[in-house]
Amino acid sequence: MAYSEKVIDHYNNPRNVGALPKDDDNVGTGLVGAPECGDVMKLQIKVNAETEIIEEAKFKTFGCGSAIASSSLATEWVKGKTIAQALEIKNTDIVKELSLPPVKIHCSVLAEDAIKAAITDYKKKHQ
Amino acid sequence: MKLPIYMDNHATTPLDPRVLDAMMPYLTDKFGNAASRNHQFGWDAEAAVEDARKQIALLIGADPREIVFTSGATESDNLALKGVAGMYREKGNHIITCVTEHKAVLDSCKHLEKEGCRITFLPVNDKGFISLDELRNAITDKTILISIMTANNEVGVVQDIQAIGKIARERGVLFHTDAVQAAGKIPFNVNDMNVDLASLSAHKMYGPKGVGALYVRRRNPRVLLTPIIDGGGHERGMRSGTLNVPGIAGFGKAAQIAREDLSQEMTEMFRLRERLRATLERELDEVYINGDLEKRLPGNLNMSFAYVEGESLLMGIHDIAVSSGSACTSASLEPSYVLKALGVGEDLAHTSIRFGLGRFNTDEEVDYVATRVIEVVRRLRDLSPLYEMAKEGIDLKSVHWAAE
Repeated sequence: MAYSEKVIDHYNNPRNVGALPKDDDNVGTGLVGAPECGDVMKLQIKVNAETEIIEEAKFKTFGCGSAIASSSLATEWVKGKTIAQALEIKNTDIVKELSLPPVKIHCSVLAEDAIKAAITDYKKKHQ
Repeated sequence: MKLPIYMDNHATTPLDPRVLDAMMPYLTDKFGNAASRNHQFGWDAEAAVEDARKQIALLIGADPREIVFTSGATESDNLALKGVAGMYREKGNHIITCVTEHKAVLDSCKHLEKEGCRITFLPVNDKGFISLDELRNAITDKTILISIMTANNEVGVVQDIQAIGKIARERGVLFHTDAVQAAGKIPFNVNDMNVDLASLSAHKMYGPKGVGALYVRRRNPRVLLTPIIDGGGHERGMRSGTLNVPGIAGFGKAAQIAREDLSQEMTEMFRLRERLRATLERELDEVYINGDLEKRLPGNLNMSFAYVEGESLLMGIHDIAVSSGSACTSASLEPSYVLKALGVGEDLAHTSIRFGLGRFNTDEEVDYVATRVIEVVRRLRDLSPLYEMAKEGIDLKSVHWAAE
């Protein structure tokens, strides 16, 4: 299978790899996928409680090149956005940006789920 | 050293230059049809085919008249299974095979199931072996055929063919083996092993693609087959169709080289494989060999690199040609059914890589492959949430995964 240049770029130079302290009140963590399915994404956001702007985002992904690229791109996109804006990111935007083929669409779905899961986790801490 | 490096010799092997030389005359001046009995062109072609038949027979300890040429091992498997099922319909309708067989055998069996045959798919243990007791118990008075492959194409595990052949002979059941990965790689003799039918392929032994053979025993017992391709009655009526003379000439040369160099090549494949395995195991933690390590093709290494998804690993070593058991590399989205049958968890199946060493691999290539794999596995583990969790002491099996 041929990968798009953008997928290869994210795979070779993944943005925002790492971890944020998950017990920090301002950090939301999303862990989606399953090892049996061949994809697990962990996406973390650090939110400014005043402005609700996502100031930092980190990820780690177990999965194919497209899964790595989707989550790397997701961290780039959420950074600087408010959580309301981040919730508007759709998997189809990721598909388009990375030119993912049909068999890899689930990678983008997982990345969208990871963003949502991280925001849900953050919101839970601020109820 | 030339890049990319080819280390996927279970999928296919490069053509040996000596084989190409043997084929060349039949692709050029000697273009005759081996079935043309009345002129020099036909005689030359026929002589080449008969010489090749002899070489292939020699490789497996058979009589040349027991070799039927086909288009490849998929056809050989189809002919063996469907041909026996058709010919021995009066005697019975039960076939015994095994879950880790090649799709050519499994799908032929499923086809026959639809036509009224009963198929027993024997399981394998975690090393990849069938149980001889289960095989014995599966045989009924309706059993006409046992089909168990000699060496597996994914994990390289070599079944106890001699013992299986003995059981089949004692019970009066025909025995077919898909010997595609074994013939020319390890000792394989149809008489020592009581094999009645064996599928062979040229392109797995440094010959050309598009040509294979089926060994069909002529004596004690004489095996008869219903043909699956009708036509001019070539190959003793078992396989009609004009013979692929250049392909067959190449197959013969490939078989000759494989036979003459067998023991030397086995030693060399084993040495290279062990060099690769030792380096990977020394430098990386949590790597697992899939399948038994002892009774195994010398050139096969199938390894799981925990916490690193196979396709992403392949992407990182794009200048090296190997295969992955990961779902992502196949169209089916299911990880390898062979690894699953061995009880390898789907999580680890997704992280498996098959290295297939061959005649033309060198120490330098093995070292380069090892270095690249180690480098990429380390990089991807730094990127893997699973590796991070495992290092924190979290039992991944106890995690409630959102996707489940």
